[in-house]
Amino acid sequence: MHELAITRNIVEACRARAGNARVLCVTLEIGTLTCVMPEALRFCYEIVTDATPLAGSELEIIRLPGISRCRDCGGEVIMHDPLSCCPCGSVHLTPPQGGDELRIRSMDIEEAD
Amino acid sequence: MCTTCGCSTGAHATLTDPATGRILHLERPDGQVPRQEPADPSPAPPSAPAERHARAHGTTVPLEQAVLAANDRLAERNRRWLATRHILALNLVSSPGAGKTTLLERTLRELGDGLPIGVVEGDQETLFDSERIRATGCRAVQVNTGTGCHLDAEMLARALGQLNPPRHSLVMIENVGNLVCPALFDLGEAAKVAILSVTEGADKPLKYPHMFRAARLMILNKLDLLPYVDFDVAACIAYARRVNPDIDVLSLSATRGDGLAAWYRWLQARLARV
Repeated sequence: MHELAITRNIVEACRARAGNARVLCVTLEIGTLTCVMPEALRFCYEIVTDATPLAGSELEIIRLPGISRCRDCGGEVIMHDPLSCCPCGSVHLTPPQGGDELRIRSMDIEEAD
Repeated sequence: MCTTCGCSTGAHATLTDPATGRILHLERPDGQVPRQEPADPSPAPPSAPAERHARAHGTTVPLEQAVLAANDRLAERNRRWLATRHILALNLVSSPGAGKTTLLERTLRELGDGLPIGVVEGDQETLFDSERIRATGCRAVQVNTGTGCHLDAEMLARALGQLNPPRHSLVMIENVGNLVCPALFDLGEAAKVAILSVTEGADKPLKYPHMFRAARLMILNKLDLLPYVDFDVAACIAYARRVNPDIDVLSLSATRGDGLAAWYRWLQARLARV
């Protein structure tokens, strides 16, 4: 629901840094536990970048999972979403570390003449 | 412009002080939400040598910037502003109709004599809730978000300016009724309090895990209706603890009064720490 506002923030931040250069690619880091849908971001990105230096640029999304530990078997649990279970079947997990990232990692811009 | 999904034009977030009728528009005429520039902008200006080099040679420009950095900076500013005044601010979140305003009214009536409490009401439209709060004798300002579906740190900063809460007081922020978007937006509050009523499904914490993960306390409200609805309290609490093992849980009825003493003790314990 909020992905358009998020996309606007991304485009605004990149425009501010790119100046007049054409942006070729923007790389984001999105944790698996943050309530942002990558598919919805991609949909919004094309619309929001229209008629900006980011128009036609690629959007690369790196998903970063949260990591929890199982309170029953002690194993590490990769949290692909907030309801991930331990492979042993337990849902008793420690609070996850990471997975809440929502960052612009970098952008590639066109070479200056 | 919708501050969240951009779904319509002509909608403006406004801040109303019902005591004076004064209305502030929170958006500029061009439809952009005004953003206060941070005192210490974290992204380096484009003229920094590294950026000039990257641009000239076409290399990747590292940004390493939080997408919600502007909101988060303002939220931190709000948090510092509140901390220096020893004010406890709580962000009440729920789906519409869970009983946020009723719980607030009761809390204000029962604690308001000994404790200064100010309220920031967030709704898309109308002044109904701030008028209900004012009827208890408490100070309230209303933020209308237009089509926006959550409060943000900028809106709270403006609302706090208008509310002007005294030192050593409690500020209750009633967010827009929505179990999704408010989870993502830090306002600078000490804690989010998620309110869930027993007339909703016990599986809400699993259906909307982000909100229950962001909340410090879950309040199960409308306990008086439990005999009439199919709601498994133990299962609901287990679901909430699955997404947030550390979440506190209180069960109460804001209308009949069950469990309110524990809620007041929770508030007093938080107040003692600010």
